[in-house]
Parts: sequence; C-alpha cells; structure tokens
Amino acid sequence: MTIVQFLILGAALFSIGVYGLLTRRNLVLVLLSVELMLAAVNLNMVAFESLLATTQALGQVFTVFIITIAAAEVGIGLAIVILIFRNRRSANADDMTLMRW
Amino acid sequence: MTFDTWISEPSNWAFSVVGLATLLAGFRVVTAKNVVHAALFLVGAMGGVAALFLLLSAEFVAWALVLVYVGAVIILLLFGIMITRAPTGIDETLSGDKRALPGVLAVALFALITWASVEAFGDATLATIGDPTSTDTLGEMLVTRFVIPFEVVGFVLLGALVGGITIARRDLTPLEEEQRGGLA
Repeated sequence: MTIVQFLILGAALFSIGVYGLLTRRNLVLVLLSVELMLAAVNLNMVAFESLLATTQALGQVFTVFIITIAAAEVGIGLAIVILIFRNRRSANADDMTLMRW
Repeated sequence: MTFDTWISEPSNWAFSVVGLATLLAGFRVVTAKNVVHAALFLVGAMGGVAALFLLLSAEFVAWALVLVYVGAVIILLLFGIMITRAPTGIDETLSGDKRALPGVLAVALFALITWASVEAFGDATLATIGDPTSTDTLGEMLVTRFVIPFEVVGFVLLGALVGGITIARRDLTPLEEEQRGGLA
C-alpha cells in the first residue's frame, strides 16, 4: 500500500463533505457533512502515522482527540438546531435570515 | 509502481473494495433525498473509514470510531431529525438548487489536494500489514506525555454536553414555575 492512495481517498471524502456542506439546506444534514469531513481528516492522520511510524503513536493520539471534539461539536450543534427549530418552527438554513441585511 | 503490481497485493484489493464502498456511502450522505437514509449512509461511511483504520493496523481508533459514531453520534443525529420533525419521506427541498458552484469547488479542492499529495509523497509505501499493533503505545502516551491534553479534552466534552443541555432546555412558563413551588 502507498500513502498516496489513502491521501486521495481522504481528499475525495473531504470534497464530498464540502459539497454537502454547501448544498444541503437542512441543518441536521449540514452537521452530517461536517462529520464526513472530520472522518477524512482522521483517515489522513492515521495514514501519516502509519507512514512515519512515530515511536509515540502521535497520529493516533490526535485522532482520539479529534473524535472527542467531533462528539462535543455534534452535541452543541444539535442543541442549537433544536433551539432554532423551537423558535422558528424550521430547521432550514434558508429561513435563518435574522442577521442578514 | 505500475497498476498491475499495485493491484496484485491483497491489501490493495481490500483497500479498493472498502474505499469504493466508503466513497459511495459518503456520496449518498450528501445526495440522499430522505433524511433518515442520509443518516444511515453515514453509518456506512464511518464503518468504511473504520475498516481502513484496521488496514492501517490502528485497531483502537477503528473501534473508538465505531463506538462513538455508530453507537452515539448517529443516534443523536437521528434524535435531532425526529425532534425537528423533518419530513421522513422523499423531500426535494433538503438540498438547495444551486449545485453547480459547490460541485466545481469540491472537484477543484479534490484536484488540488490530490496534486499536492502526489507531488509530495509520490511512491512512499506503507508496510503495516502484520505489524504489531501500536495500541499499547497509544495508551501509554495518553496517560503520560499527553495526559494534560487528554484531561482537557475530557473537560471540553463535559462542558459541551452541559452546555448542550442548557441551550436545548425549554424555559419554564411562570405557571409551571409556580406549580413547582418555587423550588426551581
């Protein structure tokens, strides 16, 4: 296995996530796209760890941190989506026009 | 390295199958017209990424990914879908109708990262299949050199969960507060 094949797969997953982030209207689906991008970054981290074979498993340590932060991000993100839904009766990003001029 | 020698390696067979499945599932996550399907395809994509971690002999993070995403995050997102009462059937309004520009941007980003990766790493090979696992090193690092970041990240998670509850909690109406006898 070469490192490039993992990097290209990670790039493809990340680009798919960017596409979803920009096209999705439903806020929960925007969060799903962000998760996809984070998974792509994790894949890169683990692949580089495998290439460099650091004696301290640095790539995997940081992957564990990223997974934890991603879980925190989903918790806060969903709370905000639920709050917006309760106030505006909609989870559609196009309806969030309060701060638009 | 030619394609023939690349594909003759068994681990590359596994990589091709799992990688294609992951990409397909990921693509369906951002294009599915049914919200619940999109969430379930994310399970597939995360499972594929976990399988790739196993290929790279990173067992611990692979199973951590499965536990955190398939076990917790997807359940949370499905709750979010139900609470926001998204229409669970086919819904054409889930995605915006301006798709050309995001598509071009995504393809350009992919091309840029691919070009940079190939330029920088070329044929650098990984020889990890059958290598001893690094899970013991990972565990040792988490409680020695990285113990403070590890604790901090735990506090961040706790703070985020408490904050999430506080944000999402409905404020009581004056009548309800009265019924609670002023305890709240």
